[in-house]
Amino acid sequence: MAWWSRKKGLPAEGKKSVPSGLWTKCEQCGESLFETDLEENLRVCTACGYHLRLPTPTRVALIVDEDSFVEHDAGMKSTDPLSFHIDTKKYKDSLKRAESKSGPADAYLSGSATIDGHACEVGFFVFEFMGGSMGSVVGEKITRQLERALERRVPALIFSASGGARMQEGVLSLMQMAKTSAARARLQEAGVPYISVLLDPTTGGVAASFAMLGDVIITEPNALIGFAGPRVIEQTIRQQLPEGFQRSEFLMEHGMIDMVVQRQDLKATLSRTIRWFAGRRAEA
Amino acid sequence: MIEEARGETKLMHVLEFERPIADLERKIEELRSMSTASVDFSSEIKKLQQKAVKLQEEVFSGLSPHQQVQLSRHPSRPFTLDYVSLIFDDYMELHGDRAFRDDPAILGGMATFEGEEVLIIGHQKGRNTKDNVKRNFGMSRPEGYRKCIRLMEMAARFERPILCFVDTPGAYPGIGAEERGQAEAIAKSLEVMTRLKTPIISTVIGEGGSGGALAIGVADRILMLEYATYSVITPEGCASILWRDQGKAADAASQLKLRARDLHNLKICDEIIREPTGGAHRDPKATADSVRAALKSHLGDILKLTGTELIDQRYEKYRRIGAFREAAATSK
Repeated sequence: MAWWSRKKGLPAEGKKSVPSGLWTKCEQCGESLFETDLEENLRVCTACGYHLRLPTPTRVALIVDEDSFVEHDAGMKSTDPLSFHIDTKKYKDSLKRAESKSGPADAYLSGSATIDGHACEVGFFVFEFMGGSMGSVVGEKITRQLERALERRVPALIFSASGGARMQEGVLSLMQMAKTSAARARLQEAGVPYISVLLDPTTGGVAASFAMLGDVIITEPNALIGFAGPRVIEQTIRQQLPEGFQRSEFLMEHGMIDMVVQRQDLKATLSRTIRWFAGRRAEA
Repeated sequence: MIEEARGETKLMHVLEFERPIADLERKIEELRSMSTASVDFSSEIKKLQQKAVKLQEEVFSGLSPHQQVQLSRHPSRPFTLDYVSLIFDDYMELHGDRAFRDDPAILGGMATFEGEEVLIIGHQKGRNTKDNVKRNFGMSRPEGYRKCIRLMEMAARFERPILCFVDTPGAYPGIGAEERGQAEAIAKSLEVMTRLKTPIISTVIGEGGSGGALAIGVADRILMLEYATYSVITPEGCASILWRDQGKAADAASQLKLRARDLHNLKICDEIIREPTGGAHRDPKATADSVRAALKSHLGDILKLTGTELIDQRYEKYRRIGAFREAAATSK
């Protein structure tokens, strides 16, 4: 089925779900954008350049070489270890709902792929799945991805889009921060490159672990990135947050990331970065 | 120090469920003060004392998770510096991240433990308002974690064991903290701790609040005091997000499985350190003795390991954490 290896520009089946004549309002400038034009422009506002969120399948297709993606750990599921429920609403049922809405990968899709011919281990957060939250499944998938990259000595790339740790798995989710960071540390010692791409939004326990630990950290414009969410900060300090706070450009200014890259240039930028790393050790 | 701890008993903050016990104890005090050579209340006092002990046992054996959360935050609970003075010798605090400033919300220093030179790292809450302004309620900013990273790397270079004391509501959510990279500081600490070739024991003495706690919590052994908690988010935060009602914190507290015994069941906590009946604040000295004994026994075990064995076993310890099942991948 390989829905992620669609051709650029999205073929007919991508458009089928969009009734013709549907308009989307830009979150920044308020411009009404024709859905077809928006998709053609990789969901970047044609009026102001604002980067709207990209659905995960489209994201994968944008980054990896056509037909190169081979998914790993596809059958992994959460077991609801805490039997978590909100009043009568069970976490188990939320998982099922999320699955029927955004696919069986939980909140992380990982696999081997090539990017402009470079072999890589790639992983994409599925923000559509419970806000991209990291529980045991996501933590395990990331750890295995990094271990595969170490084993094969190929670059690891993680595309983060997550509200943070998944509360419904409690402290087990918290501990995934340590587990994934430990795997990341091994890559660093072995001299295997790890590129972290931060997408809108990357906060909480995901930001405070592997996401901020890339050899190179790249973002798209106007992505929300931070430890605490803006509402929590506002409630704590009881004052309004400055314009552009915790956006990509803010992090760039404060020295927290390497680059803010336009979506249309993202693949070429990643490819160039991988090339810089590749000669030294990965191909030794 | 012990005197100081006793002195505080009189001004001790009383939680709702502690009130009946505190009332009884006040009555006992009153009777005692009324006793003279001619009027003897000793039999009444004895009776009341027995009643107080029984009541305390009853109340504490039936604590709800939410009550335990309150206990873990008890303002009279022993904090890191209390354990430092009760357990260690020759403590000398070291300051600063060498980049921005010193963060008094988290401290680090050299100390001697049972003849062994160690590094102490710990969150520090304040005992009163003035202290809490200085200590920021034990909520560290990035420079605090960066100070710890600096000191822990130094300890590893000189093969000194690291003993961490966790007691924080969480990392501080503020504008400056975000500007200076709170997320990166925590992330870096996690990464660094996984590779330090020296023994690390992390003891949760009160509140284990999320990433701010974990930032000094990656260790070869994780110990927890009986009424300490460790959670991915505060029950209040969880309630306001998932229940959309902060008032549901008690529900969230029981769902989050954040008590020491829960973490022991989840195989994250290696040992639960018993507290005196009524909680650590009722007898800091006895609590410190139990902490000392636990630290001594675990440190003895891991001191036998080489640096490489330590980091390999530490990796495996975290590698195993998580609950999932794997169906055979469906064919495409």
